[in-house]
Amino acid sequence: MGEALRADVAVVGAGPAGVAAACRASESGARVVLLDDNLAPGGQIHRHLPGDAPPPKARPWIDRLWKSGAQVVTAASLFDAEILGEEWRLRAIRGGQVHVVRARRVVVATGARELFMPFPGWTLPGVLGAGGAQALVKSGADLSGKRAVVAGSGPLLLSAAASLTGAGVRVVFVAEQAPLRAIASFGLRLLATPGKLLEGIWYRGAIAGSPCRTGFWVKAAGGEGRVERAHVTNGTRKLEIACDLVCAGWGLVPNLELPRLIGCEISAETVVVGRYQETTRSGVFAAGEVCGIAGAETAVAEGEIAGLAAAGALDENGADARCLFAARARGRLFGEELGKAFALRPEVLALAMPETLVCRCEDVPLSRLAAARSMREAKLATRAGMGACQGRVCGSALSRIRGFSSDSVRPPLVPVPMEALASEEEPT
Amino acid sequence: MRDRMTIRVDGRSVAVARGSTVAAALLGSGVPAFRTSVTGEPRGPLCAMGVCFECRVTIDGRPEERACMTLCRDGMEVLTRG
Repeated sequence: MGEALRADVAVVGAGPAGVAAACRASESGARVVLLDDNLAPGGQIHRHLPGDAPPPKARPWIDRLWKSGAQVVTAASLFDAEILGEEWRLRAIRGGQVHVVRARRVVVATGARELFMPFPGWTLPGVLGAGGAQALVKSGADLSGKRAVVAGSGPLLLSAAASLTGAGVRVVFVAEQAPLRAIASFGLRLLATPGKLLEGIWYRGAIAGSPCRTGFWVKAAGGEGRVERAHVTNGTRKLEIACDLVCAGWGLVPNLELPRLIGCEISAETVVVGRYQETTRSGVFAAGEVCGIAGAETAVAEGEIAGLAAAGALDENGADARCLFAARARGRLFGEELGKAFALRPEVLALAMPETLVCRCEDVPLSRLAAARSMREAKLATRAGMGACQGRVCGSALSRIRGFSSDSVRPPLVPVPMEALASEEEPT
Repeated sequence: MRDRMTIRVDGRSVAVARGSTVAAALLGSGVPAFRTSVTGEPRGPLCAMGVCFECRVTIDGRPEERACMTLCRDGMEVLTRG
């Protein structure tokens, strides 16, 4: 078996929230283990390859992490968490081996993933997430010269389009489903946080040569064996655009599998937390996008608070934590405005046709889900949500299309090879 | 420009930038389909962050590995389509 680690605080997820939590906890004198399933810390927003310098914005925190004394375990996918007495026992699969971390406190900073809405043709190779395409470019993919349609919703679209353009991809169309008036009023509110507004303007400048339309959405993708064209509409006009890639992301959804497994209270797709980021489970804290989508700065503030609280360092550093409350409150307001401005329109929720596959693991079309009234029923009747991704893609889509609530979560949270579990058994 | 290295994809040598993930290397070298779905459809990566499992390939004999979560190593053998 792999390593057995002991810590005072285990932090799960090395994005902005988890890195901040690990730094503050470790600097307060706690023994900290930081687990992440990616190859380098930074999270999706600061994705970079191991050995490369992190992006400038991430640099201060990641440098601080290496100096903090926290033990960083990357490429480790957490698959189980249980409480044994007063200690949490976390198990992760890393390089085919099971690693065990025991800790009295846990900080859940598992972040968010992209929301994928099913539409005809979305399973064709070459149809990627918007964040997905950006991640591939940041992971070394040479897509230069390819023609991409970027579609969906949210600030990530412009950021992805800018990354793709920077990597030599020809972004031939950007379709933001939200109407202009919603985005304009959101933009006005950003005047309170000029940094974010400038970021938006910078992204728009970076893709100046590409047509960007609000109130447009991708309706279908077509091609033989791979995507060759996108059908884009605003409800009245219909455009057919030749392309090699369709990069479609419809917003972000929190990664709630671990907090659900642990038994934290969840409301409206977010982990319920108190003043010091404590969840309803004793010894468990949560920070960042799992507490609601509100961006990296909010995640950092929450991560700092959670790290100080989890390390039991509030007595000495309570003032530090309270200083962060204002940043957190501003961030949460920004998150609420973001959610309203980029709410999905009914046409987008109705893009899947009866024959459109909704569950991509088990190839279940929407028509087979007609009788199901919950994710549980869908699983039992059709195997939707029971494949390798365990409903991470179709579950989020079906909660929006059909109003299904999430089913209970059981370990393993990710597929684990039998040999790994077998070799874990200690000799008797 | 990054150093190049060579991996083998379905028996074919592919030059990739050192430090690329397997998913990035395959997509960049013009391989759109990584696996075949349970009903026989070609599939390629979707999320590229370890969530969707659409990019599963066989890497050095280990089946069902997520190409987006694995770094290329010199001489690595990748098989698509399971």
